[in-house]
Amino acid sequence: MENITPDSTLDCVGLYCPVPIIKTTQKLKELKAGEILEIDADDEGILKDMPAWCKTTGNEYLGEEKGSDGIIKVFVRKSKQ
Amino acid sequence: MAEENKMTIILFSGEMDKALAAFTLATTAGSMGFKVTMFFTFWGLNVLKKGGLLAKKTNFLQKMFAFMNRGTKDSLPLSKFNFSGAGPAMMKLLMTQKKMASLPEMMKLAKELGVKFEACTTSCNIMGVDREALIDEVDEMVGAASYLGDAKNSNVNLFI
Repeated sequence: MENITPDSTLDCVGLYCPVPIIKTTQKLKELKAGEILEIDADDEGILKDMPAWCKTTGNEYLGEEKGSDGIIKVFVRKSKQ
Repeated sequence: MAEENKMTIILFSGEMDKALAAFTLATTAGSMGFKVTMFFTFWGLNVLKKGGLLAKKTNFLQKMFAFMNRGTKDSLPLSKFNFSGAGPAMMKLLMTQKKMASLPEMMKLAKELGVKFEACTTSCNIMGVDREALIDEVDEMVGAASYLGDAKNSNVNLFI
């Protein structure tokens, strides 16, 4: 995956479903449309949950990065609405 | 989003595990932009009780019933492995260790996400509680018709 430069990062390591999703919702409210949020998590459910959340909310799922330390990074671009 | 999604949940059970399941789905739906309504009835009403408070006019049976049916959001049993309260205590400890959100925390999140709490008036009557005996977060005191009115237009409807 090509390099994505996030505008903001949200640390959800050690948190379980549905808290990362809820924190993402709250964090995204602080961002401007078009800005990118990086979410770091270690609950692998996020790999399916975040794309599903994006599809429903209209935000753009940009992709994920799996680190060797078990930390998963997912990237979301805030939609215009 | 073209149309607003709606979710309606009936929480009938008064156990911590089932309440957690209900609030997990309610908060997730809320964060996905769903308009969520939770209807608390029978044992589920315990989740909304302040505890120790009763309606102003209660008879002996209601008082007895309330005495036997204790429990608030902070002290609910488990549907399995309750062991007179040892089960819930262990589960709470595990949840704290694992940094999972507790039931009161989930309820706070639900409110922040705009989830509506409705208390069943019939159950309130039987249990001997009124609006004053319930937590401030309760939005409305309603009956079955009001719930069905909401559920009719809902995309997801659960009975827990």
